Amino acid sequence: MSVLKVENLTKKFGKFTALDNVSLELQEGEVFGFIGPNGAGKTTTIRSILGILKATSGKITVFGKDSWKDAVEIHKRLAFVPGDVSLWPNLTGGEIIDLFIKLNGSNNKSKKEELIKLFDLDPSKKCRTYSKGNRQKVALIAALSVDADLYILDEPTSGLDPLMEKIFQECIRNLKSEGKTIFLSSHILSEVEQLCDRVCIIRKGKIIETGSLKELRHLMRNQITIETKSTVSDLENLKGLYGLTVRDNTYNFQADADKLISIINHFNSYGIVNLESMPPTLEDLFMHHYSNGEVNSNV
Amino acid sequence: MFNITGSKVLSAFILKKDYKRILIWIAILVILSFYVAKSFPSLYPTDMDAKAIVDTLANPAMIAMLGPYYGDTNSFQMGAIFSAEMLLFTALAVAIMNILLITRHTRKDEEEGRLELIRSLPVGKSAILFSTLSVYTVVNIVMGFLIGISLALAGIESMNWSGSILYGMTLSATGILFATTTSVFSQLTQTTRGTLGYSFSFLGFTYLLRAIGDINSEALSLISPLGLIMRTKTYVENVWWPILIVLALSVIIGYIAFRLNNIRDLNASFIPVKPGKKDASIFLQSPLGLAWRNQRGTIIGWAIGMMILGASYGSILGDVESFFSGNEMYQKLLEGIGGAGSMVEQFVVMLYAIIAMVGTVPVLQIILKLRHEEKRNRLEHILSRVVSRGKLIFSYVTLATITSLIMSFAGTFGLYSASASVATTHLKFSTMMKASLAYLPAIWVFMSITVLLLGMFPKAIKVIWVYLGLTFATIYFGGLLQLPEWVSNLTPFGHVQKIPMEDYNIISGIVLFAISISLILIGNIKYRTRNLEG
Repeated sequence: MSVLKVENLTKKFGKFTALDNVSLELQEGEVFGFIGPNGAGKTTTIRSILGILKATSGKITVFGKDSWKDAVEIHKRLAFVPGDVSLWPNLTGGEIIDLFIKLNGSNNKSKKEELIKLFDLDPSKKCRTYSKGNRQKVALIAALSVDADLYILDEPTSGLDPLMEKIFQECIRNLKSEGKTIFLSSHILSEVEQLCDRVCIIRKGKIIETGSLKELRHLMRNQITIETKSTVSDLENLKGLYGLTVRDNTYNFQADADKLISIINHFNSYGIVNLESMPPTLEDLFMHHYSNGEVNSNV
Repeated sequence: MFNITGSKVLSAFILKKDYKRILIWIAILVILSFYVAKSFPSLYPTDMDAKAIVDTLANPAMIAMLGPYYGDTNSFQMGAIFSAEMLLFTALAVAIMNILLITRHTRKDEEEGRLELIRSLPVGKSAILFSTLSVYTVVNIVMGFLIGISLALAGIESMNWSGSILYGMTLSATGILFATTTSVFSQLTQTTRGTLGYSFSFLGFTYLLRAIGDINSEALSLISPLGLIMRTKTYVENVWWPILIVLALSVIIGYIAFRLNNIRDLNASFIPVKPGKKDASIFLQSPLGLAWRNQRGTIIGWAIGMMILGASYGSILGDVESFFSGNEMYQKLLEGIGGAGSMVEQFVVMLYAIIAMVGTVPVLQIILKLRHEEKRNRLEHILSRVVSRGKLIFSYVTLATITSLIMSFAGTFGLYSASASVATTHLKFSTMMKASLAYLPAIWVFMSITVLLLGMFPKAIKVIWVYLGLTFATIYFGGLLQLPEWVSNLTPFGHVQKIPMEDYNIISGIVLFAISISLILIGNIKYRTRNLEG
């Protein structure tokens, strides 16, 4: 069942088009990664989903309801962590967490205490004294204390130290095992890589790639290092081989996934001594889309 | 005993960082003192005017506010009147200046980690405190001299050189005293807010102690440093001993600051930081609770301010008749309020208008806060939860409405209690309250226009201040400038009856009320259908 569905969402601020025909869909129980650099439109998309911004055109449904008209109804089953957590300096972290939980319509004290311990937050301090990481913890604890069906997290780990990042990932895995749906916006690719079932890449307000990590990787080239007994000839005629560098009898290159077998076969006739293959990371995928100025349609 | 290595460089550094602030503070204080002194002859041209103000200064409410009047009650010397009217308030300003600037260089730099950097250099442990206090001692003395010189040069007969210099030195000594006490508080507390809080509380305490003392007991006033320093009786007896005592006191307090600074760790404090609440109280469970929590300081502060405003008007109510009868300009001003009636009644009517207009400010601030929250990306937290925009705006409107009632009551209460204590008027509290409440619908129209702006033209929301400012000018100066009636009809305050001179007309109240309800509804609809920034 689809929990969240964005169809042809376009959002304009005056003449500036922040989102251009964005479509995406989240199935129940999946962790969905939403990646893109700052200014790509991640936060605008999320604010539209939350009904804080009104779509110029297009349709967003959450739990089958309209995100703009039925915002309050939707928010009863939703928990959110904003990207830039700005809090009231005169309130303590504990007070804010309580208030947020209350505003969400739930009241789970034990969960709150547990998370405060887990994230090692001092809830008795005024927010003006909190660092960015601690403010992030306040928002995270408030959101995770709520028993929601959909969690929307906008760069939730920014400012957290590696230890806390681990704890956060643990929490997300637990939610996933409980069958919750999670929308995780991030530019930390390793995080998305570890947690997400499916990934969507946004760039300059347009979705340029959506799919499982496996599917996306398939579109990419593997990084291959081969060492052979004798010198390999006739490399120019091999298809799907790029960026070759040779040192002694060690060959370093990228290979298209679908041409991999024929390439290996060719090398094998010269006697392979050693072979290393590295699958493309999300980082590569990401860089691939961003380093070239234009979107490469056939990748 | 105290290592002050590096103080020379640090002092230069403090001056470099602060010279603009110092110049602005000194310039404001010098110009204000000079200008007021200069304008005295035109303010009180005849002996009768002078007698009116001296009578006013002698009433208990004024003594509590400004300190005692030391001059002769029969021969009127401008110097004595000037010093009674100006010295204490200028001293307060000087104290505030020292509290702010000393905190900036001591606890603030420490809290924000800059002191750590400096202390890692070959700099003595006491060097920062020493440089700060040295620089500001000099600043205070220079400021005192400049004020003294400017007053002597103002050319008022009874304001001679010896009195003027003493006047300036009284301010210098006050400044030095509050510089040293602030430096002690910056040792005791761990945060900038803590230092400022304790320092201002101390200032407030000395002021109140003096107020009580000045009315009831000279001893109490002498215990209060602020009361003690007023005993220089400038332009009257010109006594120097209070300055010497205050300076000696400052040396002792300064010594304590150095001792405390020497025995504590960097970033440590003697008063432990009180941890805040771990859980939200029962009041902090809704958007309304949050709005109150964020604004309560403002609301309470304004309520006290309104009470003081009312009280300061009330305390002079008895002298109004004698004072205004000789002042043609004020007579014209009062004609603007319209209608016949005794001078006091006309004056009172003007007071209600002023209290209502001043009391509108915090009401509007609450609505504007919603815009501020939006710009600071904090509404996102609320609206991403189970809170509709309608409920959010309703919470702020509710708080603003309650605030308008509080302000109306506080201002009237101050006015009534002060005027009752001088026992010259016969107005009942209920009459006063009724007159004040008559302005509420007008205040609500202002509030609802702000809500409308919030919904329709959020970027232009501050325009409401211009409207309020023009309203103030129209109501206050309307008579003097002979403005036609349609001008005052342009503001809701022009449609309020002048009680007790006019009868209350319920129709205009209902119309204003209906206007505000509809504006709020439109604003609400617009707010619900627009983009939010955060």
